[in-house]
Amino acid sequence: MLYKLSLKNIKKSIKDYAIYFFTLILGISIFYVFNALDTQTAMIDVASSTRELIKLMMNTLSAVSVFVSFILGFLIIYASRFLMKRRNKEFGIYLTLGMSKRKISMILFFETLIIGVLSLVVGLSVGVVLSQLMSVIVVNMFEADLTKFTFVFSSSAFIKTIIYFSIMYIFVMIFNTISVSKCKLIDLLHSNKKSEELKIKNPFVCIVVFIIASLVLGRAYYLVTDGFLELKDAKDIFAPIVMGCVSTFFIFWSLSGLILKIFKSMKSFYYKELNSFILRQFSSKINTTVFSTTIICLMLFVTICLLSSCLTMKNSMNEGIKRFAPADIQLTNKRNMDFPHQRDLNMTYGYNQEQINNSHIDVIAKLKEFDFDLIKYLKNYIEVNIYSTPDLTMNHTLGSRLDEVRTSFPFLRYDTMEMIVKVSDYNKIAKFYGIKSYSLKDDEYIVLADFKSMVNIRNIALKNHETINLFGNILKPKYDECQNGFIEMSSQSINSGIIVVPDNVIDEDYLTYDMLIGNYKTSDKKQIQIIENSLNELINNPIKEKYLLPDATTKLSIKESTNSLTVMVTFIGLYLGVIFLISSAAILGLKELSESSDNKKRFIVLRKIGADEKLINKALFRQIGIFFMLPLLLAIIHSIFGIRFAVKILEVFGTDELLPSIIMTSIFLVIIYGGYFLITYYCSKNIIKENR
Amino acid sequence: MENILKVENIEKYYGSRSSLTKAIDNLSLEVERGEFVAIMGSSGSGKTTLLNVISTIDRVTSGHIYVGGVDITKLRGNELNKFRREELGFIFQDFNLLDTLTASENIALALSIQDASANEIEAKIKKVADELDIKSVLSKYPYQMSGGQKQRVASARAIITDPKLILADEPTGALDSKSAKMLLERFDYLNNELSATILMVTHDAFTASYANRVIFIKDGKLFKEIHRGNDSRREFFDKIIDVVTLLGGDLSDAL
Repeated sequence: MLYKLSLKNIKKSIKDYAIYFFTLILGISIFYVFNALDTQTAMIDVASSTRELIKLMMNTLSAVSVFVSFILGFLIIYASRFLMKRRNKEFGIYLTLGMSKRKISMILFFETLIIGVLSLVVGLSVGVVLSQLMSVIVVNMFEADLTKFTFVFSSSAFIKTIIYFSIMYIFVMIFNTISVSKCKLIDLLHSNKKSEELKIKNPFVCIVVFIIASLVLGRAYYLVTDGFLELKDAKDIFAPIVMGCVSTFFIFWSLSGLILKIFKSMKSFYYKELNSFILRQFSSKINTTVFSTTIICLMLFVTICLLSSCLTMKNSMNEGIKRFAPADIQLTNKRNMDFPHQRDLNMTYGYNQEQINNSHIDVIAKLKEFDFDLIKYLKNYIEVNIYSTPDLTMNHTLGSRLDEVRTSFPFLRYDTMEMIVKVSDYNKIAKFYGIKSYSLKDDEYIVLADFKSMVNIRNIALKNHETINLFGNILKPKYDECQNGFIEMSSQSINSGIIVVPDNVIDEDYLTYDMLIGNYKTSDKKQIQIIENSLNELINNPIKEKYLLPDATTKLSIKESTNSLTVMVTFIGLYLGVIFLISSAAILGLKELSESSDNKKRFIVLRKIGADEKLINKALFRQIGIFFMLPLLLAIIHSIFGIRFAVKILEVFGTDELLPSIIMTSIFLVIIYGGYFLITYYCSKNIIKENR
Repeated sequence: MENILKVENIEKYYGSRSSLTKAIDNLSLEVERGEFVAIMGSSGSGKTTLLNVISTIDRVTSGHIYVGGVDITKLRGNELNKFRREELGFIFQDFNLLDTLTASENIALALSIQDASANEIEAKIKKVADELDIKSVLSKYPYQMSGGQKQRVASARAIITDPKLILADEPTGALDSKSAKMLLERFDYLNNELSATILMVTHDAFTASYANRVIFIKDGKLFKEIHRGNDSRREFFDKIIDVVTLLGGDLSDAL
């Protein structure tokens, strides 16, 4: 009997449940898809280093999943509270008929059970189908080949989804039981007769609060963008975050009182069509929804920042590899470790005497000792030398500006030796990389750097034309700012400074590294892999006890590590972003729908006094639109600054490709958020329709 | 006198062929400009159905209804809404004020959906507030007003658009006798001084006694019609009670 009642209730209120059910299915399928990723990645062929990163990614994703399940759990409890409220009268009637509260709890229990089972079945089926699509994306992202299409099914993700969501549903059941046992019959029966008390806020208080909140928000914006340099400590970032959250709340709080006042004074607007009705609807509700609007606004903000920055990272990293890893292989070999200046600076620490003695041998000779003739694999190559001396550190290059810089950046290492390179050597590299080469007079030097914050610091000194003293030669800067260029291959602009000097000022005793840069004869990925595997084997060989072997940086390894990193960040960003987005949109949608029964009466009155359907639909559209747009608008303003902050933080990763990722984010936002908006609109339209 | 409302042989059936209910059975009536007509009948007599079909909230099964010469049974969709907002004014038993709007905004809404200008709206509200004695509650919300005040605000909303016909459905139904009297005196004023045409449905003889003419309906048919003529309200009230007694117990039960 009770079971039948619950089933009938669900059927009856399917319209109200539609958006809830839809959200559950989305949540479940996304949960499954992201947890099933390891099964998809298992079948594709990737290098072992990538395999390790995938493992890391899966661990991160399951940690994120716990967080996600908390968000979804709150969403579900929130949603079921709304749906309960709508049915207060129904429960009131049951109670007056003598049904016990325990039985009402049972009805709710069955309802949750039915909805839970149904949503799991549908959601998991959708998830399994979606994850097939996901494998195509995964293969694409790891730049692997999809040799054959296989149907993948992850039983672990399947079981995990069932367990996590069952726990959430159990919480909902407990929650429902508590709220049923606490409710009073009188409140249930008269719940919809009680008209919401309209608290009128003092407009002056509102204006003052609004101004203060805007100022605080402005300060927070400043702190994360232009005032970024004032942040000394990682902990300092909490201040603008807290400021932002609190001021967001108070902006909505004061706006709820102000908007009406402002528009009311614009009489010809206020008295046009149903504008007065829409504005009143809005201000009557925002009073009670300031908090949830704030939460939604912040969630949207996080979503926008997450999606756009993680997409940017992916794009810029691929670009970065093309630009900053132009050669196939680069070997860096430590030299002359027994020279006094190296010993004095403790640079020999951790190496044995034999290694130190053998550090006179250059890279090619060293490899030959092990019968590894790298040269035979190479189409072309160059050899260059890098110098450094304790007499040329940041302390010296910054010159008279040192104290000024030191107060702003106390945590920089100022005693690190600068990398020095002969202009002829650098031009060899530049020609090999296909980047700009430079010429120098005998008393000039150039600083090459592309890591933005270091460029800024170095430019302070260069603007001041600080001279340097290198092995007794006084050199002055040729340019008054850092020039573009790099020697070490990487995936991004991370060159924090190279000093290029005329050939004749160099003292060969200060040779610190020699470097071999080359391109393979073959372009076949498999063959390159074989060469690099044997090279790695050699470098990691125990024989290196005797010799200090060079560090190898190859285009392939850079590609693989960055690729896996970007894939990981992209997946986590997408996962969280989409979950945040559907949660906030679903809360808004459910809120609007649960209130449309109250609204129904109001719209009937409007119809009775002669408002036609077009006007009513327009009013409904605007009313729902305002509720969806308001948090989004502030979130977008937040994001403008948030993304600028993310750009600063992610500077290392390069940020040239911001626009396409913002476009991508907007598309996501429009589809999911806009979709929820439209569903809410059409459902509400259905609810307020007069039944004839 | 010009006919504002002309109802011609209308019928309204509910239900299926097997269990047919005739809510209105071949009913005709006319209301002239400036008349104040009350329709009385017991519950289930069809009086509310009659009001619903005149106000175009419901459709007739057959017959014609003319308001100001236009056959409103032929109107469709937005023509209906246009007709409703331009030609009719409604006063309901449960006031139907929007709880989120203040009194003046509730009144203004009727004009704003007709695209009136803000200045015009304000001037008209001022005038109507004077006429209905609701100046003091204009900035209040419905939940801050008494039932009588609410109904007067609703009446102000109904007449502010200068409708051809004001339809009132049990306007005193939710009011105590003092408020009811005040409201009805306002109706009288609207009818006499502003020559508003009012069609009011009620089952209350006291309320009906304020009208110029009372039409009694029984089982969907016209039962009797009495004119006030030169009678005092008291005399007219007694006449109405006589007919109510004639009609049978259930109407007086409702009193």
